[in-house]
Amino acid sequence: MPDDKKPGFNRDSIGNTLVVAIGVSLVCSVLVSAAAIVLRPLQEANQAEFRQRIVLEVAGLYDPDVPVVEQFGNIETRLVDLESGSYVEDVDPQTFDAEAAANDPGLSVNIPKEEDIAKIGRRAVYAPVYVVMDGGEPQQYILPVRGKGLWSTLYGYLSVEPDGKTVAGLRFYEHAETPGLGDQIEKEPWLSQWPGKKLYDEQGDPQIEVVRGSVQSGPGEIHQVDGLSGATLTANGVTYLVRYWTGSHGFGPYLAKISNEANDNG
Amino acid sequence: MAETKKIILDPVVDNNPVMLQVLGICSALAVTTSLLPALLMCIAMTSVAALSGAAISTIRNRIPNNIRIIVQITIIASFVIVVDQLLKAYAFETSKQLSVFVGLIITNCIILGRAEAFASSNGPGLSFLDGIGNGLGYSAVLLVVATLRELFGAGSLFGAEILKLTSNGGWYEANGLMLLPPSAFFIIGLLIWAVRTARPKQVEKPEYQIHEVHRTEVL
Repeated sequence: MPDDKKPGFNRDSIGNTLVVAIGVSLVCSVLVSAAAIVLRPLQEANQAEFRQRIVLEVAGLYDPDVPVVEQFGNIETRLVDLESGSYVEDVDPQTFDAEAAANDPGLSVNIPKEEDIAKIGRRAVYAPVYVVMDGGEPQQYILPVRGKGLWSTLYGYLSVEPDGKTVAGLRFYEHAETPGLGDQIEKEPWLSQWPGKKLYDEQGDPQIEVVRGSVQSGPGEIHQVDGLSGATLTANGVTYLVRYWTGSHGFGPYLAKISNEANDNG
Repeated sequence: MAETKKIILDPVVDNNPVMLQVLGICSALAVTTSLLPALLMCIAMTSVAALSGAAISTIRNRIPNNIRIIVQITIIASFVIVVDQLLKAYAFETSKQLSVFVGLIITNCIILGRAEAFASSNGPGLSFLDGIGNGLGYSAVLLVVATLRELFGAGSLFGAEILKLTSNGGWYEANGLMLLPPSAFFIIGLLIWAVRTARPKQVEKPEYQIHEVHRTEVL
């Protein structure tokens, strides 16, 4: 800096203050935006791979030693029209951005208040599902689910058996619940209770419930999961989001179709 | 050369920012449950300290006094964001565990402290080294704490099993307290005690001293 030692240079002058403030801001913003733009493709690839890994984990197929993309070969991504429950054939599921669609007025619907137990406001008309195939036979259907917990929206995947009525697994990949209390929802001991739970009662209404305390033996037992002490509201959030997404406004029609197909074939 | 060595090594033991000045404790509690995130945090923190020190020092004679802190924070914040973006791109898994704490490097008192105390009155080269030195001092404490916590709390180091846990059919019953924030407090407290016992020079003088009053003084 040639002029900083010059007599008469006043670093506290208004001119210099403005020059420094503007200069520093400009240089810093260029630096930050350059980093963000250059690194975005890598970060998005990481994010996509992370989601695929969670899908594999919820299916119980994840093997840390094999590249995720390779393991994902047995999984078919399909797009479901939630209202009718049938597959959408004219949109490529790979290019469908579910998160963007949920905010796109043309591609999403408002959830009626009385239906919106998961408190998410809007949902896209289509949703991706991941079908785990083995020898041409579907083994599991993996559905993206989300809903409000205590502090944050919980994002996860619910895996359903081919009968369309039984939980095969549940995983959350993004949330901001209380560390040490609410974040138990992403840990193994609690999640391992989910497989085998029945989604619906005789009338076909979603009955899944995270109870307070531990599950008491009784007729409801098959729908219930132990609560999380200190995280009742997070646990309620999980109850409602699973009920919403397996209910008539969520994947209900789709799961009913699967269930009928399974009956026809069996 | 001697001065360079002093600038780098002094903050590691003799003038450690965590142990002597007791700065940067927040992240030292939060990210030390296991070694890998702690190591990554150390690298992030050291690079931010070094780079922001050098940058602030380069323009130190131009920074107007009345917006001094704002300019320093802007520069520090920019480097932190860049480092955060880099971690998200190249160390995605671990950066998820570090979550907000990389962003909180901005508010780490060690960095602003060094910017104010060192970089604003020394050249860019020395300030860079001073940042590295203080980063290393912080890292040394973090790594010791993380090693103890992961070893006794989870029986592993860098995720590799060292002590076989009872839950896996081994002999070691994991100490759950080690994974909770208070244990980091205890460990840092014990470290400070150990270092100050070894180097009594670091012991602070008590602010008040109770002494027996002689009868004549009262009268």
